[in-house]
Order: sequence, then structure tokens, then C-alpha cells
Amino acid sequence: MSSKEYSVRMATKMADKPNKTNRKSASGKFSKETYVKWYKDMLLIRKFEERISQLYIQQKFGGFLHLYIGQEAVAVGAVSACKKGDKHITAYRDHGHPIALGTDPRILAAELYGKITGCSKGKGGSMHFFDVANGFYGGHGIVGAQIPMGAGIAFAEKYNETDNVCVCSFGDGAARQGALHETFNMAMTWKLPVIFVIENNNYAMGTSVERTTNVTDLSKIGLSYEMPSFAVDGMRPEAVHEAFEEACARARRGDGPTLLDIRTYRYKGHSMSDPQKYRTKEEVAEWVEQDPIEHVLRVIKENNFLTEKQVEEIDAWVKKEVEESIKFAEDSPLPAAEELYKDVYSQDDYPYVKEYLA
Amino acid sequence: MKTVQFREALREAMSEEMRKDKSVFLLGEEVAEYNGAYKVSQGMLDEFGPKRVIDTPIAELGFTGIAVGAAMNGLRPIVEFMTWNFAILAADQIINEAAKILQMSGGQLGCPIVFRGGNGTAGQLGATHSQSFEAFYAHVPGIKVITPSTPYDAKGLLKAAIRDNDPVVFLESEKMYGDKGEIPEGEYIIPIGVADIKRAGTDVTIVSFGKIIKEAHKAAEELEKDGISCEIIDLRTIRPIDYGTVVNSVKKTNRCVIVEESWPIASIASEIAYHLQNYAFDYLDAPVKRVMQSDTPFPFSPSLMVEALPNTARIVAAVKSVCYK
Repeated sequence: MSSKEYSVRMATKMADKPNKTNRKSASGKFSKETYVKWYKDMLLIRKFEERISQLYIQQKFGGFLHLYIGQEAVAVGAVSACKKGDKHITAYRDHGHPIALGTDPRILAAELYGKITGCSKGKGGSMHFFDVANGFYGGHGIVGAQIPMGAGIAFAEKYNETDNVCVCSFGDGAARQGALHETFNMAMTWKLPVIFVIENNNYAMGTSVERTTNVTDLSKIGLSYEMPSFAVDGMRPEAVHEAFEEACARARRGDGPTLLDIRTYRYKGHSMSDPQKYRTKEEVAEWVEQDPIEHVLRVIKENNFLTEKQVEEIDAWVKKEVEESIKFAEDSPLPAAEELYKDVYSQDDYPYVKEYLA
Repeated sequence: MKTVQFREALREAMSEEMRKDKSVFLLGEEVAEYNGAYKVSQGMLDEFGPKRVIDTPIAELGFTGIAVGAAMNGLRPIVEFMTWNFAILAADQIINEAAKILQMSGGQLGCPIVFRGGNGTAGQLGATHSQSFEAFYAHVPGIKVITPSTPYDAKGLLKAAIRDNDPVVFLESEKMYGDKGEIPEGEYIIPIGVADIKRAGTDVTIVSFGKIIKEAHKAAEELEKDGISCEIIDLRTIRPIDYGTVVNSVKKTNRCVIVEESWPIASIASEIAYHLQNYAFDYLDAPVKRVMQSDTPFPFSPSLMVEALPNTARIVAAVKSVCYK
């Protein structure tokens, strides 16, 4: 396919504002099970984060805390289109992805608290969640560092001749790193099975896309490498799933990477300390109106996928999961002192310089 | 035994390990079709094919990150940098990711990877192409650092590095690739973290590593004529440092000179000197001296280059000074 062809496809791209029209009808393509799973997972991500943000304000745990609230459809739509064996990597806004992948929220809460029972043994914190068993390769704190690493994870899959893909997510801010361009070039040259995902919430911390670039349509970034590139409605898991389905198929048949510029929004600040002076309340409200959880619940109700009672049962289950996660975290022990010297080298008897402790 | 060039020793190490383990591969600029900028990888494309000997674009950060990701996902990459000076562009992936991924993932993800290439001054290449990175990388917990000075050490240590499950920074020299030395016909491994006494002596311990150790050898020959017996310790591994071998030698000689081809501040020499004052204080008959590269960016002009580098005469003078002669 030529880059011209992709330009044509992008002519129908989403606007930068929430798209209230031109959305596909939900009926037909996706099953009841899919909708229920999306609802459950998105609600768990949302309620988990709402609760931990309260606890963070109460100073129950420290570190940075970057919330995913508003962006849930991206994680669950990606996961529902992927298969077991696929790998996922993202930046520090990393609570949504492992939950969507099936990580027990108990070990995520424990990680926030720096407990030994945490998903990274309390050694990573909020920004460095890992759950390799469920295909989650982190949680990376350096903006854009995960872009070449994600391509490298895909490189290994291709090298080992599997049909697994790597979903490599980053924000619109990371799209400005040089590593992205170096990686796009090699990923296309080597046809790596990687899906590059811009979770485009329009703000790199407090700096909007339009203030950082002459090319505000980020889906065009892939075009100079002739990478198939698409803008996607990130407030609808259906749209996300469909985009991933196509991208996964391309990667699995050996045709290389895809760039998905997924237009989404974070309802909360960049981190917990963000006064959000760079945007208006009206803008936030306009996006909240498009909320993916409300949307999915509406589809569930319209199609009688669940009774009121069944919805209430899910809500209660989510609430219980969140509370049990917090309890697990609070009841868990902190790492013992000797953990300091574990997991730094895989060599068991590495001779650390310790004389200053004497 | 057979005589090989330094570059051939490195090539043998990589090729032997690649024959044994399919997850080992080599990537970097000009490593494949060009046969290596310094011919280290000559012939490897022919033997292993383009899947395992991979030319990259000039994109150090990108290809290093791809290699780190591949290592996280089960492969064992060897990344060749044309020079370590260019690897500064990739330092984020080496320092922030490769060195830390095992810890931050709570032990879930390792990074078995070797980063290798030319290090230090290499003639009139100007300041940006003439830096040594032992102290930079040795500072960082999570990685191991190796600087061999002979073909024998280079092969044995590179094989150990490739088999190691931790990320290894392997520092070579453009000026040494043509050096010849003897290696065994068969396979051998040199363990990481063990220094080598290259010359036994009784009066002064000279600690060094990398190509500048040759100046120490010349100085020792000269000093021998004056009746001063030098023991030369080649650190070989810079992280972890084999402090024990150095301390034990100084307990015997009571004097130490450190020769390092790099800048003085926060150097490996400072680190060694600290350990000696802490662990061999009562054995020292003179202050520890060091012979270093000048505290300036490395110059271009031949006259200034001579001024900037450690040399035999300076080492001789330093040794005589600690002997109060």
C-alpha cells in the first residue's frame, strides 16, 4: 500500500473533538459476553483508580500517580482484540492495561503501597507495574523509552517465528521523542509485529498537541515511513477493537506495524498534582459526555444483555474487588531489608560494595 | 595455542556462542554486509545470515532500545557500537532500562545483553571521539563493565559476557583491534569480576586496565633496570571490581600507582585509592598516586595529545615518587 492510500483513508478521520455523530451502530458485531466484559473491566479500572486517588490524597502511599480515568476503552478494546501470547507495554499511566489483561487488582494496589506482595514486589510503584504472566511488560517511567522496547519485544516474537504481536502504547507527548522516529523506521524496514498506539489525550502534561507541533494530526506521523496509520475513536471500545483487529491481522501475517492514533481523553490531571489550568471545565465536560462506560452500559441495557439486577451485581462485585484490593495492600508486609540487594543482578552472589554500612 | 588479532578473538567469542545458542544475535551499524567498521564481525553474515547478523540504520537509541526489548523477551543480543561515544545517544536505554528492568519488575524480566565497541582515545579523532566510559557505566548498579587488554582476555571475557544473564558493557579499543596475542585452540571462559596479575613484582603495585596498560608494562621494564620491581594488576572487569586482588598486592608491595586512560574526577583510580586507604591504610608506605588523562576534553593536535595522555615517562616518575627515589 502506498502512503497516498493511507492519506485517503485518513480523510475520514475523527475530529480532535469528541465525535457525536458518524458512529457505527453497536448492534451485531460484538457479543453480549464482549460487552459485559468491557463493562466489568472498565468499571474495575475506573473504580480502582477513583479509590486509590482518594487514598493517595490521604497520603496512604507515595510516589507519582497518573490516572487512566477516561481512557479505559483503549485498554479494553485493545485486549479484547488480542490473544494470549501477545505482549503489551506502555508508559507510566499504566493501571488500566494490566487490569484489562486480567491482573489481580490486589497485587496492583499492593504495588502502590510498596508492599512485597505487589506486582513488582514493591520495587516499581505506580509507574512500573509488571505482570509478565499476563503479557504485561510494564509500566515505563521514561517518556517514549517503551517505543523501541516494544518494537524489540516484537522483534523477539518475529525472531522466534511466533504469531504473537506487541501492543506498544504511549501518549501524544511521547510521540515527540526522537526514539519514535528511529523505531518507526526500523519497525517498518524489518516488518516487526508491533502495533504502535498513541493514546492521544491531547495533552503532554499541560502542553496541548497544537502547541508542540506543526502537524496536529498525529496519525500522519507514520506516513513518512509508509506505516499503515489510522485515527481511531478512543471513547468507544468497538472502534478500538476493530482497529486492533485489523492491525493484529496485519502483524500476524508478517506485514509489519500499524500506527493507531487513538483519540481519547483523561478526565483527571496529568498526575495528582496537576491544577489543570491549561483546559476548560467545558472541554472536560464535553468529553465526559462521551464516556465509554456509560456508552457500554447503554448498549447493554438497550439490548437487554443484562437485567438491572445483574448490572447491580457487577457493580457490587467491582466495589468488593476494589475494597479487598486495598485491604490486601494495607495488610501486606513491606519488603524486608535484604530485598534491597535482590533483583538488581540475576547473579546471586554479586559482590555489592557495602562497606559504607559497616 | 595460536596467535590471533584482538578482533579475531572477539569474533571467535561471538561466533562460538552463536553456534551454541540460537537466541544470540549481533546487531549494529555496518556489522553485516560491510563486515564491521573495524572488521570484528568479518564473515559472520556469511555464516549466520541476515537474521542473526543485522545491519541497523544510524539510530543508536532506537536499535539499542529494540535490542533491550528483545532481551526482555528472551533473546540474547550483542549490540555493537561503532564507538562508545555514539552510545551516549543510547544511554537512556542502557542506564534507565537495561540496568533497572530486573529490579523494577521485581525479578520478572531480565536483560541478558552485551553492549560492545571501541572505547577511549584512538588517535587524532577530536574530543567527541576520544572518551573512556568505564567510570560512567561502572557507576550504575545493574550492569557489569569489562575492559580487556589482550586477545586472550577479550575472548574469554566476551564469552562470559554473552552467557551472563545481566547486561554487560564491554569496552574495546579501535587501537587494539590489530594487536596480536596467543589464545588456546579450544574453548575457554574467563570469569567476570576477576583481576589478573599480568606481571609479578615486589616493590610497587601498578593497577591499570585497557590499552593504556601497555605503557605500564613499558614503565615496568624501564624501572626493572633501576632495580624497582613492579607488580602489574589488570583489573579486566571494572564492575564488579576485584578489590581483593588489589588490596592483597598492596599489602605486599606497600605502594600503589594507578594508570587510567580517562579524566581524574570520579574515576576508577579514585575508587581504587579510596578502597586502599580504607582496607590497606596501615600497609601503605606512601600516598597512592595516579597517572591520568588530562582534565580537559581530548585534544586534536599531536603535541597536545602527547601532553594529555598517560605515558611511560609519567608512570616511571609516579612509581619513583611513591618509592621516594
